Amino acid sequence: MSMLHTVNKSPFERNTLVSCLGHATAGSAILLIEDGVYGALEGTAHSDLLRGALAEHSVYVLGPDLNARGMTDAQVIEGVSVVDYGGFVDLTEKHEKVQAWL
Amino acid sequence: MSEPWEEEGPGTIKKFMYVNRKPPYGTIYALESLEVVLIAAAFEQDVSMAFLDDGVYQLKKGQDTKGIGQKNFSPTYRALEGYDVEKLYVEAESLAERGLSEDDLLVPVEVMSREALAELMNEQDVILSF
Repeated sequence: MSMLHTVNKSPFERNTLVSCLGHATAGSAILLIEDGVYGALEGTAHSDLLRGALAEHSVYVLGPDLNARGMTDAQVIEGVSVVDYGGFVDLTEKHEKVQAWL
Repeated sequence: MSEPWEEEGPGTIKKFMYVNRKPPYGTIYALESLEVVLIAAAFEQDVSMAFLDDGVYQLKKGQDTKGIGQKNFSPTYRALEGYDVEKLYVEAESLAERGLSEDDLLVPVEVMSREALAELMNEQDVILSF
C-alpha cells in the first residue's frame, strides 16, 4: 500500500520533516510544499536529512512554492524532482493514500 | 494646525525593533510585520527591523509568486527607505545555516553576528515579534 506524504513546514522551524521521515515506510513518496520546500534545498543545515531520505523514498518538491520563495530548480538537492500542480494531482492519483504532515 | 495626537508637543522617541523569524507566504506573519512597520513609521519613532531564523528568507532575491496566486510583497522591503525605515539587520548565523549570503538578499542590509544582534535587542525600548 503506497502512501504519499506531504510536508508543509520549514525544517528550521518545526520537526515536521524529521517526524515524517521517521514514519514514512520504504517506498512511500514525500512531497514538499509551502514552507516545506526549504527542506529540499542544497547547502543548508538540513540538506543531509533529505539527501538521506532519497535512498528509500522518491522525493518531490512543488515548483510554484519554490519560485514564490525566490528559489529555482537549480538549488534543489540532486535526486529530488520538481513538480507543478498537475504533478501534485498525478501523485495523489498514483498513491492510494495521502498523509499530510502539518 | 496641529493634529490632536500632536498637542502635547514632541513626544519621546522610542526605539522599536520588529523581529522577523518567519518565512514569507506560508503564514501571514511576514506580510503583517511589514504592514505594522509601515504604520508605525508614520509616528516618527526610531524603527529597525531584524531578520533572523527563517525570517531571512523574507529578503531572498527573485521571489516570483505568479504560480501560487499570492501577492509578491518583497518589493516593499526596498520601499522602506522612503518611510525612513533604514535599519535592516540580518543575522549572519541564520544566513549561513540556510546556505545564503548577503548577495542573495534583495535590499541593502547590515549583516551582524547573533551576539551583536542580541546586544542590539537589549538596547530597544519595545520589541515586536513576528
